[in-house]
Amino acid sequence: MTRSGWIRLAVIGGAVALLEASCRLGLVSRHAVIPPSEMARGAFRALGAEDVRGDVLATLLTVAQSFVLAIVAGFALGVLLHRLPRLRRALDPFLASYYAVPTFVFYPVFIVLFGLNRWPLVTIGFIFAVVAVAINTLDGLSRVPRAFLRTAQVMRLSGRQTLLRVILPAAAPWLFTGAKFAVAYSFIGVIAGEFVQAGSGIGHAIAFAYNSFDNPTMYGLMILLFGTVGTINMILWTWEQRLYARRGGR
Amino acid sequence: MHGAADVEPMAVTRDGARRKTALADIVVLMVAMILLWQLGSWRLGHEVMPSPAATLRKLAAIMTDEDFPRHAWETGRAFGTALVIALAGGLVIGLVLGAHRLSGDVAEPILVALYSIPKITLYPVILLLFGLGISAKIAFGVIHGIIPVAVFTMNAVRNIREVYFRAAKAMRLSGVQTAWSIVLPATVPEIVSGFRLGFALTLLGTLIGEMFASQRGLGYMLVKAMETNDVGTVMALALLLITLATMASSVLLALDRKLHRGTAPA
Repeated sequence: MTRSGWIRLAVIGGAVALLEASCRLGLVSRHAVIPPSEMARGAFRALGAEDVRGDVLATLLTVAQSFVLAIVAGFALGVLLHRLPRLRRALDPFLASYYAVPTFVFYPVFIVLFGLNRWPLVTIGFIFAVVAVAINTLDGLSRVPRAFLRTAQVMRLSGRQTLLRVILPAAAPWLFTGAKFAVAYSFIGVIAGEFVQAGSGIGHAIAFAYNSFDNPTMYGLMILLFGTVGTINMILWTWEQRLYARRGGR
Repeated sequence: MHGAADVEPMAVTRDGARRKTALADIVVLMVAMILLWQLGSWRLGHEVMPSPAATLRKLAAIMTDEDFPRHAWETGRAFGTALVIALAGGLVIGLVLGAHRLSGDVAEPILVALYSIPKITLYPVILLLFGLGISAKIAFGVIHGIIPVAVFTMNAVRNIREVYFRAAKAMRLSGVQTAWSIVLPATVPEIVSGFRLGFALTLLGTLIGEMFASQRGLGYMLVKAMETNDVGTVMALALLLITLATMASSVLLALDRKLHRGTAPA
């Protein structure tokens, strides 16, 4: 591990220890925050319960569905906008303000449309993630150096060859960034939806624990969730850095 | 980190005619969207998706309601405070982390991880710490907006070309002079991009905070309409928010493009 990696570990460890100490010493009210050790115990106990395992599985499945849909549709949208620069220009202000609107307020509409199942949640995760994928696809495609395309022409590559051997590898880091955002945003959308109205999933379980003043379960589920999302993102982040490095910086 | 809303700014010609077609394109696009909306409303029925005209009427009714100014003022106050804290805090964190290489390396993955967790789940913690009321909403807005601003600022400071500093040294500028006439102009375009994303996310955070932690504000009106399945009100409020956010982000986008054009090509 690098030096900054060790320092990072020490910083995080120190923060957890500090929280533990201030909870144990009563500097922070126990009704608000419980010590990290009790959170870990809560997480362990929650994982042992069958219904919680079902909630976790339901959430992961929903996120996976919305992720796949967002990647496919977002990529297609990005390619389309790249081909139509005028449409892209006109859409720019809307894309930029897209994330200011809490999309999950449309959840009731989706319930009416799709019925009371997991699809309204998939839809929320999807509409949250798809625009990030499209924007990053667009970014990557417009940053393929023109010299690459000219070289492809000189070598008389066919359209398919140009796409597979020149454009996609050159745009890969940005496409990957889009995928990374799709994971994060699918999680955010699905959990938000579960929080608001759904009857299952981790988001619902956390809200339920909060409403029944069950702090250990609530914090346990929270650190489980953050741990899962954090781990997935850390892996993707490291991978992404390597991609950019291989490409010789951004 | 590549911001989600970080739309690549395109070269803008000063040519008036081109600007006019661009404006016409936006109008055409909006007309197309309204048509699509109307079609959807016919297809799905009024109860699921109210028509544009019905939504506008509903919005007018909401806005003339005597309670509305109170809710709007509450949201505006919370959002304004959260925005100031998020922008100022993010700027300071970003400047410090950008100037000190090792701290930046240590902090960047932590910031990225914090950015990607579903912060909505933190609402019980925020409520327990801040209680019901405006401070919880502000805190919610700040935790959403501060990280992108910090990350953009940090990267902006890191990407200042070394040669600028050498030039500053050659001209024997003092520390303050270097900060004022080199670091600031070199980083402003990136920082404005960060502000753009920070603005959108702070608004989102404030609204989420209001939905769960408040008895007043637009977010509270939204969640109340959601619970009573009042789709008309949800659509009207969403339209209002989309319009306001798009207007604000258009202004920031124009500023962004102007600034990016003023600097050396990235």
